[in-house]
Amino acid sequence: MEQYLSLFVRAVFVENMALQMFLGMCTFLAVSKKVETAVGLGIAVIVVQFITVPVNNLLFQYLLKDGALAWAGLPDLDLSFLGLLCYIGVIAAMVQILEMVLDKFLPALYNALGVFLPLITVNCAIMGASLFMVERSYTFSESVVYGTGAGVGWALAIAAMAGIREKLKYSDVPHGLRGLGITFVTTGLMSLGFMSFSGLSL
Amino acid sequence: MSIDTKSILVKPIFANNPIALQILGVCSALAVTTGLQVTVVMCIALTVVTAFSNLFISMVRKFIPNSIRIIAQMTIIASLVIAVDQTLQAFAYEISKQLSVFVGLIITNCIVMGRAEAFAMKNPPGLSFLDGIGNGLGYSVVLLSVATIRELFGSGSLFGVQVLPLVSNGGWYQPNGLMLLAPSAFFIIGFLIWGLRAVRVEQEEKDEFKIAPHTVQEAAH
Amino acid sequence: MSSNKDSVGGTLKVALLLCVVCSIFISSAAVILKPMQEANKTLDRNKNILAAAGMFDEQLNTNAEVEQLFAQFTPRIVDLETGDFATDEQLADLGIDAATYDQRTVFTDPQFSEALDASEDIAGLKRQVRFATVYLVEGPDGELQDIVLPVSGYGLWGTMYGYLALEGDGNTVKGIGFYDQKETPGLGGEVTNPRWKSQWPGKEVYNEDGDVALSVVKGEGQGVHQVDGLAGASLTSRGVDNLIEFWLGPLGFGPFLTNLTNG
Repeated sequence: MEQYLSLFVRAVFVENMALQMFLGMCTFLAVSKKVETAVGLGIAVIVVQFITVPVNNLLFQYLLKDGALAWAGLPDLDLSFLGLLCYIGVIAAMVQILEMVLDKFLPALYNALGVFLPLITVNCAIMGASLFMVERSYTFSESVVYGTGAGVGWALAIAAMAGIREKLKYSDVPHGLRGLGITFVTTGLMSLGFMSFSGLSL
Repeated sequence: MSIDTKSILVKPIFANNPIALQILGVCSALAVTTGLQVTVVMCIALTVVTAFSNLFISMVRKFIPNSIRIIAQMTIIASLVIAVDQTLQAFAYEISKQLSVFVGLIITNCIVMGRAEAFAMKNPPGLSFLDGIGNGLGYSVVLLSVATIRELFGSGSLFGVQVLPLVSNGGWYQPNGLMLLAPSAFFIIGFLIWGLRAVRVEQEEKDEFKIAPHTVQEAAH
Repeated sequence: MSSNKDSVGGTLKVALLLCVVCSIFISSAAVILKPMQEANKTLDRNKNILAAAGMFDEQLNTNAEVEQLFAQFTPRIVDLETGDFATDEQLADLGIDAATYDQRTVFTDPQFSEALDASEDIAGLKRQVRFATVYLVEGPDGELQDIVLPVSGYGLWGTMYGYLALEGDGNTVKGIGFYDQKETPGLGGEVTNPRWKSQWPGKEVYNEDGDVALSVVKGEGQGVHQVDGLAGASLTSRGVDNLIEFWLGPLGFGPFLTNLTNG
C-alpha cells in the first residue's frame, strides 16, 4: 500500500506531467484562461488517464511485450515496435467510447466535458503517461495508480495556472510580453516551485 | 505560383511561427533542449515526419471518409513516427536513448496533426510537403535557439564541444545550473516571444479589456 | 466519388487498406533494422562495462575496439542468495543464459526476484533479483584480474544504474560508472563526471571485520574507505553511498565476493 501512495505522490508532484515533463503543453497554454474550463478539462484528463494507462498496460503485457504472445504459441515474437500505434489507437478509441457513454448515461457531465474530450486525444500528457508506464515497466496495479496520479498532477497544474492567469489579466504587462509570453514565464515560475518537491519520498 | 510556393515554405519560420504564434507543438520538445546535438536530431525527426505525413495525407485526402478522418491521419503519422524511431535506434543509438519517449511523442505533437488537418486535407501533395518542411523549420528555429542558450550557459559547450572552460574542470566558467533544469526552457521561450513581438508589433496580443484610466486627462490616451 | 467514400462499405475498405499498407511499412522497417538495433544495444552495454573497468575512453577508443576489448570478459551468472555461480542445470531450468540474461527486464518477475522488506531495502530498489550477471577478466596465469558488478540504487529523481569494477582481490575498487541516471544536471548528474569518478580507483570496500566500509561522505573523503560527496547533491551522494552498501552487502554480492576470495 505504502509503495502505491509513494508512486501516486511522485506522479502528482515530483514528476508533474505539465511542469516537469513539459507534456500536454499545447492544451495547457490554450485552455487555461478560465478556472472553470480548466477544471473541466482537468477532470476529463484524470478520467481518460485512469482508463487508458491501465488498458495500455494490459495491451503491452499480453500482446506486445517480447515473448508476450507465448500463450498463443508464439514465444519469440516481439511486437513492441507496434507500441506507439496501439497506444494512440487505444487512446483515440477510449476517448470516443467515453464520449458516447457519457452522452448516453450522464448527459450533464457530457455537456460539461464534451468539448474537451476530442482535444484529449492529441494531448501529449496522455500518450506520455502510457509511454512512461512502458518504459518503467509498471505492473497493472501500479499503472492504475500512476495513470490517476499523472492525471491529477496535470489537472492540478492547469487549475493553478488558470487561477493565476485570471488574476494576471488585470496586471500591466509590457506589450510584447502580453498573453503568450507572460504565460510561458509564469509556467516557468510554477515549474520552479514544483522543483522543491524533488527528492520527496514516502 | 513560385512566390506562393516560397511563402508557404518561409512564412512559418518567422511570420507565422507555429510555436510562437499558434502555440503548437511545444509539448514534446522542450524536455530535449538541454543539448544541441539531441535537439538537432529531434528537429530533423519532426520536420521529416511533418513533411511526409503532409505528403501522404494529401495524396490520399480524396479517399479518406470523413467519419474516420482523424484516426486515418493518426495512423499515417504514427507509422511514420515508428519508422523514424526505429531508424534512430539503428543508426543513432546514443541520441535515441537520450530522446527516449520524446520521439514517440511526435505523434501527439500538435504541429503534425494541425498541419495535416488544416493544410494537407485541402491542398495538393507538393505544396503540402513544402508546408510540412516550412513548419518543421519554424519549429526548429525556436527549438535550436532555446537549445543554444541552454547548452552554452548551462554546460558551457556547444554540440558537446567545450566553449567555456568549466570551474569543475579547472576553467573559469561557473555553469548556470538553472539552464539545465525544466523552468529555464519556459523562461527562454517566453522571452523569445517577447523579442519576436517587439520586432513584429502586429503579432502583439490585444488586451481582453481596457483598464479605466485614473484621471480624466489621460482618458484621451 | 464522395457519396461512395462515405458509405459504410467504403469506410471499411479504406480503413482496412490503410491498416494493411501501414502495417507492412512498419513491420518491414522494424524487421530490417532489428539486427542493427540489437548490435547497438550490446555495444552500448559492453562499452559501459569497459568504461567502468577503466578500459575504455570515449575520446581515445573507437567502437571497433569494443568488441576486441570485451572479448576478455566472461559473463557469469551469480546466485545472489548462495553467492555461488549458478550451475548449468539451474540456468537450463530457468531458461536463461549468461550472454543474454538481463536482470533489468526480469526485475518485476516473481520467478526471478523477491520483494524487499523496507528495513533491508537500503538502496530503494523495492525488489532484489535472485540472479545477477557479473563480468570476469582472467589474467594470463588464470588468476582473477577484474570483477565487474552491476549496481543500481535510487538517487534523487530515479534509479541510477551502473557498474562497479573491482580488482581480483574482490576488495580494491578499479572504477565505477553510471550509464543510466536522471539526476539533476550539473549537480547530481556529476556522478558521470570523470574527475569525480577518478577518485574511486584504489579505494577499498571492506574493513578488517569484513563489513562494507566504502562510503561517500559529505565534503572531502579521508583514507582508503571514503570518497568525496558531490557538491550540492547530498541526496545523490547518499544514493551512491546506499547502493554501494546494499550491493556489496549480504543481500548483494557480499556472499559471492567472500566465496570468490576464499575459494
